[in-house]
Order: sequence, then C-alpha cells, then structure tokens
Amino acid sequence: MDSRIPTGAEQLIRSLEAEGVEYIFGLSGGAAIPIFDALVDSPIKLILTRHEQGATHMADGYARASGRPGVVLVTSGPGATNTVTGLLTAHMDSVPMVVITGQCVTSMLGKDGFQEADVTSITYAVVKHSYLVRTGQDIPRLTREAFHIAATGRPGPVLIDIPKDISQGPCEAPLTREVDLPGYSIPDRASTETLGQAAELLSRAQRPVLLVGHGVVIAEASEAVTRLAEKMGAPMVTTLLGKGGTDETHPLHLGMLGMHGTAYANKATDAADLIMSIGSRWDDRITGKLDEFCLGARKIHVDIDPSEFNKMVEPDVCIEGDARLVIEDLLPLVEPSDTREWQARVQAWKKKYPLKYRKQGGLRAQHVLDRLDAITGGQAILSTDVGQHQMWAAQFCRTTRNKNWLSSGGAGTMGFGLPAAIGAAFARPGEDCWAIVGDGGFQMTQAELATASIHNLRVKCLIINNNYLGMVRQWQELFFENRLSGVDLEGNPDFVKLAQAYGIKAFRIKRPGDVDRILNQADAYNEGPCVVVAEVVKEDNVFPFIPAGATLSDMIIEKPTVKLAKPTGST
Amino acid sequence: MSSAADTSADFHRISLYVNNEPGVLARVAMVFSRRGYNIESLVVSAAATAGYSRMTITSSGDPTILEQMIKQLAKLIDVVHAIDHTGHEAYETEIALIKLTCESEERAEILQVVEHFGAKVVDFTRDSLVVRVYGSSEKLDAIRNLLAKFKIAEIVRSGKILMARGRATT
Repeated sequence: MDSRIPTGAEQLIRSLEAEGVEYIFGLSGGAAIPIFDALVDSPIKLILTRHEQGATHMADGYARASGRPGVVLVTSGPGATNTVTGLLTAHMDSVPMVVITGQCVTSMLGKDGFQEADVTSITYAVVKHSYLVRTGQDIPRLTREAFHIAATGRPGPVLIDIPKDISQGPCEAPLTREVDLPGYSIPDRASTETLGQAAELLSRAQRPVLLVGHGVVIAEASEAVTRLAEKMGAPMVTTLLGKGGTDETHPLHLGMLGMHGTAYANKATDAADLIMSIGSRWDDRITGKLDEFCLGARKIHVDIDPSEFNKMVEPDVCIEGDARLVIEDLLPLVEPSDTREWQARVQAWKKKYPLKYRKQGGLRAQHVLDRLDAITGGQAILSTDVGQHQMWAAQFCRTTRNKNWLSSGGAGTMGFGLPAAIGAAFARPGEDCWAIVGDGGFQMTQAELATASIHNLRVKCLIINNNYLGMVRQWQELFFENRLSGVDLEGNPDFVKLAQAYGIKAFRIKRPGDVDRILNQADAYNEGPCVVVAEVVKEDNVFPFIPAGATLSDMIIEKPTVKLAKPTGST
Repeated sequence: MSSAADTSADFHRISLYVNNEPGVLARVAMVFSRRGYNIESLVVSAAATAGYSRMTITSSGDPTILEQMIKQLAKLIDVVHAIDHTGHEAYETEIALIKLTCESEERAEILQVVEHFGAKVVDFTRDSLVVRVYGSSEKLDAIRNLLAKFKIAEIVRSGKILMARGRATT
C-alpha cells in the first residue's frame, strides 16, 4: 500500500472511480496537467478530443444515451471557456454532466495570470451548480456533491474549477459517500390530494392528450405513460426531447407537436379538453402564442422542478415529482371516460394530413430520413444537429426506445450532432449510432471525426448537404421576401474526400434511386465509423410550420402562395 | 429609495437563508437581474448558525414574475430557503447616517429634529455633525425630508432588515 499522502488530483480521480466513471472526455493543458497525470494510473479511459466543445457534447451524448453523468476535463482559460456552449446545451436540456476545469494557482487568482479565466463567474447562468475549490481537503466531498447534484432531481451540469496548486498539493481527506446539502432536496412522492385532483380531471376528460416531455425519458417512465395512454385511450404527442419517451410507432402516438410538429399532433392538442404535460416545460416551440394556447383545455403539469409550474401556462393541477412515480401513482386512480369518438377523430386527422414530401425532382432530405427510419427499424441511436435536417429527422424518424434520440432542443446548438453520437457510441458499444447533421453544423465540430476514427466507433454520420444554412434560408424565403443574407455555404469541401482524409469510409447519395442501396451499405458497414453525404436539393422547406408567436390553428401545412407577415415570436 | 414606492405593489421584501460561500451573492443577484428586477437594498450578515448567512433584499419589479423569482432563488443549491414577506407581518428596521454641514445658528433647530426622532448625534465638529437614526424606512424618510432644508453632505442607509413576527420563519 502506498503510504504517501495522495495529491488532490489523485483523490479527484479516485472519487471519479468511486462514482463509476468509465470515460472522461477532454483536452489537456497546463493548469490541468496534475489531473491528467493522475489519470495515467486510473482504469478510467481518457478520450482526447480535438476541441473542448466537442468534449462537452460527447459527455452530453454519453449522458443522454446512458442516463449517467458525462465527465469532461479541460484546462483553464480558453480550455474552460470553450466548454460554455456545451454547458448551456446540457443546462437547457437537463443533462447530467460534470465539467472539471484546471485553474491557475491560487496565489495568482484575480491577477490576470497566463490562461486565467474566471470560469465559475462566466458560467453561473449555465450550470446547475459550480465550485471553485479552495483547499485540497474539499476535493472528495465536492466531487461527491457534484455527481449527486448533476444526476438527481432535474439533472444538469456541474462545474468544478481546481487551481493547479490544489490538484498538485496534498489531500488527506478520505473519499466520502455522504452528502449534506441543506439547500437541495429531491421531491417526495406526490400527495394523495394532488393526485386525486389530477385523477378526477383525467377521468372526466373526453378528449385527453398526453404530452410526453424529456422528463419521461429521464425518469424512464415509458412503460407507465404508455399504460396510462392505453387505459385512457389518450393520444400521445411528444416534444422534440420527449422523442422515444414512448414508442412513436404506437397506434396512439401522434409524433412531435409544435412549430414543426405533425399536423395531426397539433390538431389533436388544439382540440383537446385536457392536456397533461409529463416532464415538459411548455416550451415556446410547443405553445406558440401563449395567451391563445389551448384555451379550452384543462391542464395538468407533472414536473420534478417546481420552478416550471406557472412559468409559461397556469395549469389546473401541478404535480411535483419524478415522472415515473407520479404516473404509477395516478394509474390506479384514473377511471377513464369513453374516448372512442375522440380517437376516431384523431385517426381521421392522421389519415388526412400525413407527413409528405416530393419524390421527384431531385434528392430530398425527407426521402433519405424516411428511408433511414425504415432501414434502421427505429432501433438505432439517432443524434441530430440543429436546423432543417433536425426537424425532418424528428418528423420522419420515429423513435421507439428511450434514450435513442439525442438532440439539442433548448439551446439549439449547431455542432452538437457528431460529438454527441460519439459520446453515445462510447456509452453503448455494439449499437448503431447515427449522427444526422447538416453541412453547416457538421463543420463546426467536424474535427471530432478524428476521435471517431481513432476509437473505431460505430458512428455513422449522415450529412444532409444542401450547401445552405437551410432553416434561416427558409425563414428568409417565407418572411423576408427571399432576401438571402448569411446563409450560402459557398466553399464547402467535398465531404466524402474529407472523411477519407481521416481514414473514414465514405458514401455519397446523389439521386433518389441511390438512397436505399447506400443507406443499406452504410447500415451494414461495421468496421468503424462511416460518413454518408446526401447531396440534397438546395432549396426545400420544413412543413408543417407554425410561425414563432402564432397559434396552433395558424399552422401552415404546405408552402403558401401568399406573402406571410413577419413572425412576432422570437426566432 | 422613497417610502412611497416601498409600500407599493411592485416592491418586494425577500429574505434568504444561504450557505456562507463565495459566489452566493453573485448567483442571487443574477436571478434578479435576468428578470429585470432592480435590487433597492440588500443586507448580508452572519446567521445564528455558523456557516450560514442571512440576506434581506428589497426589490422592485413586475409582481407577476415574483413567484417565479422566489422559486428560482430557492432552486439555487446554496439557498436553504427563500421567503417572500410581501403582505406578511414582519418587524422591519433600518439605520441611516446623515452628515450635515451647518452654521452654529442652525444647530439648535437640527438638534430639535434629532431629539424628536429619537436620533442621536454621533459626530460633532465645528461645522458639521453626523446624525444616526434607526426605525422604519418611512421614519428615516421623514427625518431626511425635515433635514433637507439644511445642507446634507452625505447619507448612508443600511438597507432594510426584517424578521417575521411570532414563530414564523424569516
């Protein structure tokens, strides 16, 4: 046994081992060298990324795909500030993550030393909690707290900033499992009274809709929610992040609602007499114009975070708690009304307003994604970037399993797709992991192709290439008289050659006739990562579309022939 | 910081019981600033139990988002509890120090005001004096208004502190 007093870095790494950490995603640098040094003797595997933002999205993808906190290790200064976008992404989407940043030595704090950044201050607004470690003795306790806070309740990112003299200096404090946080509590089971009120509304509802949010995914409430939907004959609609929370191929499932949701999901929500949101926060992508959102419907809001209650809508009943426990508690209390007529109405909408796209006149992203859904059978992990391809993927790729859909919802972070897929591939080796990205977002983190290549991951990166920042172009076409500004991605490289330069197998889809053959080849390719470049038509629009700040009934199902007014809502 | 505004619906009195950690104040202040709330006064002091602090905050802003703000404050890991005292019975007090420059013939009248308010002169020189007064914010406003006819050189107010009456928690 080593009788030497361990360093702070060593106790940090031992603490991470005790938390069950398998991987750390990171990039080294001066102020973090003692921590990287301690990693050499640890069974924890270090995944060296090409950029700190990539590391954060990998940790995020790892966490979304596994339910366990993702861990990031970077250095001070720019290393630390490069994690800010990843922190925002995880914070907005309630993803458990622990980000460890090196810091300059304590005596230099506040003196503008080399690579000093006051990262705790910079990140206050995008973390669930953060620490600037002031003594080595605190390292085991703070690490335990960080993981507890990141992973419990409403999950989120926690940052630990460690000055180099502290990671290098001694730490005599033993590892601990104790957590003493008087200001932090996790809700108990909901009260009988509240559950009773909700059950009564659910039982009386003639036209109920269950709104499946990210909370269903996080709490693993899939089975309970599906049982409730079946018991009530209630259609389910999902938010972007709730995809996979319940099986989208279930007959009662109407897919995604909201700005680019299916027409039938939006029509059902608009016509409902009761909406129960389970772990969603009534985001503005769903509600549109708030004061006209589903005025005729009673609302129940289930959330583990009470600060979400009455923030956007004022529900009739709010239930604070874990989505799975709440629904399990509700199930025996609900004595549903006959909803057969309602179900028939909903099914009629589903027939009348299907998602559609043109199969003639050039290759379309929708065609590629529709076929990807069929070829993967809804079994693959799908990660997306942000933009048109993301919305088309959300529409056409029906997610059947919890934790199989990874997408930056709240933050809308371009560059998320590829590194998140890489993180997911580490979390679930042996499973196929498709990154669906646009040519714009892909280029923001494309350097991580190296990471996928080195570790020979089963990541399949599908680039929907239209040589445009397509979503903005769509807005400019529809609302700004087609005055295109800042959207033409002239100068894109040949993505097939780019992939090959990293030693990665690459395919190209040029024509509609190529789609099935190439996707099948890529699907069957198991020797490592691959890139599929779909050269789609330059100009295409995502429909249905509810302009920001409009109402569900203002939904545009097909390309309008009249000029549209500029949207009033934000982006 | 006038008492008229202080009693209006848009003024809120919030007490926080927090961990005594660096950064707590910044986290709390950000909850206010992000939602367009202006902090009128803020008092931080050690609590009865070591390791914790008390914050008393007087703030103005849109009352419809007050509930949301209290929840966001309570959500901070370093905040043990956050209580909105608006409309509830609480004992409140504040201290003001007022420095006046004055001629000797003005002193008699000043001292009369001081005596009337139960205030005290805590510094006395040939051409200046410092008055200390404590009590409700309204009382502090009143003495300030009476002394305004003299030459007020400086005013420092402590900001309001409060304690819930009876056995209610602050």
